[in-house]
Amino acid sequence: MTAITAEADATASPRRAGRVLYGASVFLLCAWVLVPLYFLLINTLSSPDAVNSFPKSFVPEFDLGSLSFFANFAGMLSALQNSILVAGLTMVMSIAIGAPAGYALSRFDFWGKELFRFLILLTRAFPLPLLALPLAVMFIRTGLDDTVFGLALVHTTLALPFAVLITFSLFSGIPMELEEAAWTLGCTRLTAFTKVVLPLILPGITASAIFAFVISWNEVFAAAVLTIENRTLTAFLLQNLDTSPLHLKFAGGFILVVPALIFIFAVRKYLFAMWGIANR
Amino acid sequence: MAEIRIQNVAKRFGDYQALSDINLTIADQEFMVLLGASGCGKTTLLRIVAGLETQTTGEVWIGDRRVDMLPPKDRGIAMVFQNYAVFPHLTVFENIGFGLRMQKLPNDEVTRRVTRTAELMHIEQLLKRYSGELSGGQRQRVAVARALAMEPDVILMDEPLSNLDALLRLEMRAELKGVLAESKTTAIYVTHDQVEAMSLADRISIMHKGRIVQAATPVEVYRNPAERFVAGFIGNPPMNFIPAEQTEPGKWNVAGEIMSGPAAGRALDFAIRPEDLSLAETGLKATARVVEPLGPHLLVTCDVEGALFRAVLESDLTVKAGDVLTLAPNADRVRWFDPDTTKAVA
Repeated sequence: MTAITAEADATASPRRAGRVLYGASVFLLCAWVLVPLYFLLINTLSSPDAVNSFPKSFVPEFDLGSLSFFANFAGMLSALQNSILVAGLTMVMSIAIGAPAGYALSRFDFWGKELFRFLILLTRAFPLPLLALPLAVMFIRTGLDDTVFGLALVHTTLALPFAVLITFSLFSGIPMELEEAAWTLGCTRLTAFTKVVLPLILPGITASAIFAFVISWNEVFAAAVLTIENRTLTAFLLQNLDTSPLHLKFAGGFILVVPALIFIFAVRKYLFAMWGIANR
Repeated sequence: MAEIRIQNVAKRFGDYQALSDINLTIADQEFMVLLGASGCGKTTLLRIVAGLETQTTGEVWIGDRRVDMLPPKDRGIAMVFQNYAVFPHLTVFENIGFGLRMQKLPNDEVTRRVTRTAELMHIEQLLKRYSGELSGGQRQRVAVARALAMEPDVILMDEPLSNLDALLRLEMRAELKGVLAESKTTAIYVTHDQVEAMSLADRISIMHKGRIVQAATPVEVYRNPAERFVAGFIGNPPMNFIPAEQTEPGKWNVAGEIMSGPAAGRALDFAIRPEDLSLAETGLKATARVVEPLGPHLLVTCDVEGALFRAVLESDLTVKAGDVLTLAPNADRVRWFDPDTTKAVA
């Protein structure tokens, strides 16, 4: 009897050790991400005195002073509006351009297809600061500088590789036979797409669109270089927080982080799918 | 009237000749099976008829219309796919009615036709479900119902049963045959399963390396293979071959045994089906190598002058490995093939 339990213990203990290790790793990784966010939250919701004092409290005071300051700060609302406009435009353009490219990549064989896929990824290899000066010069010449559309163009370029690769994987997940079946049942290429393919990939397209939105929302460098009057929220805060007191920096950071977090959380399922391709 | 005429059709994929010089006429309401190993071009030919693939040269006629440049929707065809291709975002009802909705038929007509074909395929209780909630067999029924509901001139099937398990395949095979006979449509059915082909077909077209080797009734294909390839492909186990030498016109030396055959000016191969052999006093001397009791009969793999030779014998015989058997061929069933051209010689 005792021998049996001892044996069972012997086999169970390495397994238990593995589980503890696993749990600890998960905990550490979560803490790595969540602890800074939590401090950001606490400091945002604290009075200026509490932010600058030491030791810190682990419970927020729910002082909305910093946040309401931002709400009433001159230019804040127009910056927010610009951010939404730029991100919205980026979202629409990157899907409008990226989805057809993704469809072509998944459905047609054409010369240089692999090279094309590689080049799409390569567009992310150039650091934006490198391109900033020529871009700024070109934008000033064409009159695109300091406009919402101009900035959205740059952000679309940044979001496009992801839009193409995500939609490529979405389309590849739809068997060709479904489209062919639709053709034999009286559809043209277009109606087969709208009646069969589109309903099936719509959730994925939405996710891809939101991802493009977030990329634009978070982008600060191009926004800071290419706009002066019509700043987006990130560029606006970067400019103003530099010279602000600490509690306002925290609040500004919080305002930037939260929408992006919410969006990413909403589309997390589809981002996993995208990472799946990266592994392939 | 929907006779299908395929005239001089060829298809190249780059350097690869997938189909060459296909000529085939399929009569109205005929059930034609395209049979062949994978890569022989049978699916490509079906897809050319469907309009999902464009032939490099040649013409396809359905009835009195030339259809080879028309899109699939204008050809009067319906197709059943190997992996069913049931639309996952629609209910079974809307799947079956999909083509009818595309034709903008009135609602009550759609309902009437969907209900009728669903009853025919015994899936009327599944109409509200989605494809994800169906088994493979049920999905295949939906796919067939969807094709039938179109009331097409021609129904095209690409290995529709190959994803089903063995028992279900047997059941669906019998059912398909009945349903299609009743629907009075012309059918082209692609398969690599010779039993399926034999049981379903009015005529079988055996394809090999992009050509049609023989197009004939199942019995004809089995009894009188036009080429050695057919003889070796159809039948399980396939036909036996032994090289023969002519001793005098019409007399052939087959492994030491003199048999009468065609008068030919060159060496021929003697061929016989394993089930057309029986133990006798005189005949071919065969050394048994492997004896496999299969229930209804005994499969004996032997060696005739170094050549592999199989015989299907009665199951109550006691034969052991190493025994020397005397096997007499049924004279009516002996066939001869030219080893150079591989064609049958009468």
